[in-house]
Amino acid sequence: MDVSLSEFGAIAIMQGFNGLSVFCVLLLMALGLAIIFGQMGVINMAHGEFLTVGAYTTYVISSLTLQYFPAMQPYYFFFAIIAAFVIAGALGWLVESLMISKLYHRPLDTLLATWGLSLVMQQAFRSIFGAREVGAEMPAWIMGSWAPSEAIDIPRNGLFVMGLTLLCTVTIFLMLYRSRWGLQVRATMQNRVMSRAVGINTKKVDRMTFALGCGVAGVAGAAFTTIGSTGPTAGSLYIVDTFLTVVFGGAASLVGTIASAFSIAQAQSLMEFFLSGSMAKVLTLSAVILILMVRPQGLFSSKVRK
Amino acid sequence: MKNAYESLLGGKQGAIGLLVLAVLILVVFPLALDSFRLSMVGKYLTYAFVAVGLVLCWGYGGILSLGQGIFFGLGGYCMAMFLKLEASDPESTKIQSTPGIPDFMDWNQITELPMMWQPFHSFSFTLLAVLAVPTLLALVIGIAMFKRRVGDVYFSIVTQAIAAILTILIIGQQGLTGGVNGITDLRTLNGWDIRDDSSKLILYFVNAALLIGCVLLGRFVLTSKLGRLLMAMRDKEERVRFSGYDVASFKIFVFCLAAAFSAIGGAMFALQVGFMSPSFVGIVPSIEMVIFAAVGGRMSLLGAVYGTLLVSFGKTYFSESFPELWLYLMGGLFIVVVMYFPNGLAGLWESHGRKWLSRFALGNKVFGQSVVKARVMSPVKVATPQPSRELETTP
Repeated sequence: MDVSLSEFGAIAIMQGFNGLSVFCVLLLMALGLAIIFGQMGVINMAHGEFLTVGAYTTYVISSLTLQYFPAMQPYYFFFAIIAAFVIAGALGWLVESLMISKLYHRPLDTLLATWGLSLVMQQAFRSIFGAREVGAEMPAWIMGSWAPSEAIDIPRNGLFVMGLTLLCTVTIFLMLYRSRWGLQVRATMQNRVMSRAVGINTKKVDRMTFALGCGVAGVAGAAFTTIGSTGPTAGSLYIVDTFLTVVFGGAASLVGTIASAFSIAQAQSLMEFFLSGSMAKVLTLSAVILILMVRPQGLFSSKVRK
Repeated sequence: MKNAYESLLGGKQGAIGLLVLAVLILVVFPLALDSFRLSMVGKYLTYAFVAVGLVLCWGYGGILSLGQGIFFGLGGYCMAMFLKLEASDPESTKIQSTPGIPDFMDWNQITELPMMWQPFHSFSFTLLAVLAVPTLLALVIGIAMFKRRVGDVYFSIVTQAIAAILTILIIGQQGLTGGVNGITDLRTLNGWDIRDDSSKLILYFVNAALLIGCVLLGRFVLTSKLGRLLMAMRDKEERVRFSGYDVASFKIFVFCLAAAFSAIGGAMFALQVGFMSPSFVGIVPSIEMVIFAAVGGRMSLLGAVYGTLLVSFGKTYFSESFPELWLYLMGGLFIVVVMYFPNGLAGLWESHGRKWLSRFALGNKVFGQSVVKARVMSPVKVATPQPSRELETTP
């Protein structure tokens, strides 16, 4: 191998960045689930479909802008992100009130019912948008790459996703741990009966929490369009990874979710450098499961006295 | 004798139910259906093994495994490996660059039969492996999860992840497993052609008999003290533990039993259909099998068989005639069943069908009894809301 040290350094930086962008996508997807599954304990198998809703929303808005307001094209993406959040969140609000709210005392049945929902949603995407994958037209400033030195080449869409992830994480952290609403959410999840007794409308809190989680999934979907194209089953491909991320981090711990998304993503992209992609994935997931067997409560777990 | 009658057949009602099922699959189907449709039913019945196993471990044990496809697949792959080795003798594979190894290995530039495949030359080893490999895997998963008191939701997610891992592994290791196409073109079993109509008929009967055997075994387990403990554990696990029972061991046992049932189904699938592929291992088939059990009734061994047949027929019919509608129907059916009829067809039968039948045939005398019976079986937890208990494991 006649690779000079500087070239090796450049490869290491780019590979590390690669891992970071995998981490951001994973974290962005896991954030919504960390709220819904981690805080509420609802296993939403249709979470991936909410992601797809966000991605398709971006696609629709990008086509609309291109057709009616071509001048707005460079800026449409910000509107798309907001629209993705609102639409996915509204859909989540609807799903919670029609379905999830009736199943809170049967967690395993929630899992099955939401899986049915995910089938219906996938078919709906297929009927509306066709089975072929579609891609949103990206504004020019997202595409291309940033080259701080000659050997290093960092894609701009990766940087954008990273910024978005940071923004979402900070917002959610502030909402959950620094706002009155977050206090109500955490109280409801810890002791529903007691929270109701002190005057918290737990039904409303549940609905809002679920809607927020779905909205975040929608934002993840919008971010997803900058990286890949969208098909009807795009979201469901990631559902296992995201669940494992949340479980591995320790449910009910936002820091845990971040740490586990980071370690899973870095391990995977590091191993992908040496092994084939499928083997890297197998090894990463197996390692996660093995660690979970030793430490079933996840990396970070809040101490609960039972 | 009386004892065996009670425990295996579940009394008079159970015996009648079993008899109806046996007549249906052993007499009515073979007489009424042509050989194409019959082999389709045979294929569906192999899924029913999984559904019966799920009734044991999910309906009664409260352990929802989303990875039963793992065991179905492993059983199927063990059988398929044996059949493939037999189909690729040096004579019929002489056009390959290395004769005597399965064709997909040859395409992947493998020149020697891998170690893993060697023992599958022996039929008795294969039969053992069909049962032992999946059951041992279930044992390992079970010990690791239940001894650590992993909650039921976590268990579902981990089993699902294992199913995903296994699928990726099978698809990735193309030279060893045939990749995404799976192991195809299986011809003979110890020199006996499994592809013509008469041998398919024989295999159908073997399959049906094995299924009834599994149902009987399931009945035996459920009517024993173990079955009562399983239900007690499902409803109040802590209380059973405090009464001095080793909860984890019972869970491991029932999970292994369900895995072994699924493995038999998988092996029969490979024999009857003539191939095995990763599309029967992963997340989607695993959840579909849960649907079978849910629709049939998670508390009824016989209901699971009917549920499997019905949903599979529906799937074949609708995906042939209205491919667009199928997923809507399947998803919708699943949502409705889970939300409004958690006991599935069997529950509907208990609450309405039997009433109707007894009023029709026997007058109102039996009617009161059956209601009492239905209440004893009362399956779904009407638990008080316990917000986060399911999520946490005991520290």
